[in-house]
Amino acid sequence: MAAGRTTIDADEIERFSRLAAEWWDPTGKFKPLHKFNPVRLRYIRETLIEHFRLDAHSPKPLAGLRVLDIGCGGGLLCEPMARLGAEVVGADASATNIEVAKIHAEQAGIAVDYRATTSEDLEAAGETFDVILNMEVVEHVADVDLFLKSCAAMVRPGGLMFVATINRTLKAYGLAIVGAEYLLRWLPRGTHQYEKLVKPDQIDAGLAGTGLTTVKRSGVVYNPLADEWNLSRDMDVNYMVVAARSSGKVS
Amino acid sequence: MAATARRKPTGKGRKRKDGPVDVLVAGAGYVGLATAVAIATAAPHLKVRVVDAAPEGVWKKDGRASAVAAAASRMLDELGCWQPLLDDAQPILEMIVTDSRTSDPVRPVFLTFDGEVTPGEPFAHMVPNVELNGALREKCAECGVEITQGVAATAFSETQGAAALSVTLSNGEELRTRLLIAADGVRSALRGMAGIKTVHWDYGQMGIVATIAHERPHHGRAEEHFLPAGPFAILPLSGNRSSIVWTESKRTAERLLEGDDFSFDLELEKRFGLKLGEIHVEGAKRAYPLGLTLARDFVKPRIALAGDAAHGIHPIAGQGLNLGFKDAAALAETIVEADRLGQDIGALDVLQRYERWRRFDTVQMGVTTDVLNRLFSNNFGPLRAVRDVGLGIVDRMPGLKRFFIGQAAGLSGTSPRLLRGEPI
Repeated sequence: MAAGRTTIDADEIERFSRLAAEWWDPTGKFKPLHKFNPVRLRYIRETLIEHFRLDAHSPKPLAGLRVLDIGCGGGLLCEPMARLGAEVVGADASATNIEVAKIHAEQAGIAVDYRATTSEDLEAAGETFDVILNMEVVEHVADVDLFLKSCAAMVRPGGLMFVATINRTLKAYGLAIVGAEYLLRWLPRGTHQYEKLVKPDQIDAGLAGTGLTTVKRSGVVYNPLADEWNLSRDMDVNYMVVAARSSGKVS
Repeated sequence: MAATARRKPTGKGRKRKDGPVDVLVAGAGYVGLATAVAIATAAPHLKVRVVDAAPEGVWKKDGRASAVAAAASRMLDELGCWQPLLDDAQPILEMIVTDSRTSDPVRPVFLTFDGEVTPGEPFAHMVPNVELNGALREKCAECGVEITQGVAATAFSETQGAAALSVTLSNGEELRTRLLIAADGVRSALRGMAGIKTVHWDYGQMGIVATIAHERPHHGRAEEHFLPAGPFAILPLSGNRSSIVWTESKRTAERLLEGDDFSFDLELEKRFGLKLGEIHVEGAKRAYPLGLTLARDFVKPRIALAGDAAHGIHPIAGQGLNLGFKDAAALAETIVEADRLGQDIGALDVLQRYERWRRFDTVQMGVTTDVLNRLFSNNFGPLRAVRDVGLGIVDRMPGLKRFFIGQAAGLSGTSPRLLRGEPI
């Protein structure tokens, strides 16, 4: 196995496992992710409602959708998705993260199917989804192309994949690494490594030949005065990409 | 953490009448009720319940009236509570402000406002508290919000990582809620239980509140006289009646209320004047201690303070109620928005959005009213000259005046949707 190609980077898993207990404390080490949650949840919700023509006024608009959150961590995205009615599978390579996520969902009385597994294994098991959330993960995997391809393979016809990550630019280095990790100490040092950051073109390249095409992109920027994140045209640092598989059965 | 996970949700032998709720509101004043109605209207799937410590029917005995600013009435309209109030609401069509000694025969008028925010929309209405509270209660009944009178929340326990708060009520009932809203007034018991400290200034003043019947019509004119002891406000009510808010030092106020009616009426006449003809006090007169109480935090995990529980301010600018409505609108919008995103409505990071939204505005208003009060509650010559020039300047500058009208109408700052008359 050790010789085989894998998307798991052992150092990354170890680093997050140590932090797992802190996942759900909005004032703790994962505060930045909690702060980031509303903007990405809104983006996901609105995109899904538009794409799948869902009822925006329903308390459970995502009912009927099968969603995979790959690299789900403590379940920060899984629980909201499940509350909105989706059937959610949360997958993370770290067994510790999955344990934390399970405990939390049980306390909250929310049903999420958490699994300590990888995208390759899910793909091999023949799992398919209407929506795959691939948020803040690609910059941590060992092989971006392989990872994206295994995820894309699980997207059902007419389905969507969201990819959120940090761009590899000087500005991103300054803000997301020097700023967030060293100056503001929002994130533990070493959370992100510059050479592992992913450019939007790399996402497109990774999806080439998978049948998924990018349908929209958006930057996400931090507004220090309001202390919140907003969508923006500026994709230099944080950005999100939505890719779709056509539903047409005609080739 | 594993230990918290295995914690039993309920204790043994505890009475549990009803199931868990999503939002429990403590306090059935206008802030608590407006918040409950706003949440229940925008998110009907959330179960909202209100408990209030006062016995059944006490709210019907409130003889006071409140100034409801334009923004607050837009919100009430959006919630379907404004139309039933219109019959008893007196629009404030004009407002004058004077600065004078009590004995001045003619008080120089420094500021006059035409009271319309937009054509046909007065910047405020005087509404009897009973009607306001009644309209909100009716709406609660309509949207399935249960109100229990004579019941207070006496304890609550939070466990780290737990998805709900366990609240013990004074009738022995125990219920679980995802969010507890403390709208239980300036001396909020829940605020204390949550360990939230306050900053408090006592002005050593009291506000005497009474309803005055007068011979001649007031034509919708409100007056605020800055007298040496503090502001004396006359606010028009329906018919030939006005409400007064009369600020005096604690000692004077107590003496006035304890003394005979004759002396009270005499002092009142000196301040109220006779331009509206013969006057007499209608119903009871009451005095309320004036102070500025600001909670250091507005939220804790699963707990949010709203209205006077978060901020009791000096009534000098009549902004207490309007700040309260802003709280209700902002809190409801925050909760509904979080629910739409599938977030936990009681989570600290969700509630902190409400806190950030409201705190700046509140502190600003608290400080402004504090400064106004300190500036005006004295008889120091040079200061009088300065502030009179100040008021005169405001009167001559349309932009500044519009700003003050906007402030008074509650339309400044980042308004929650309901205050703009839009649904959440």
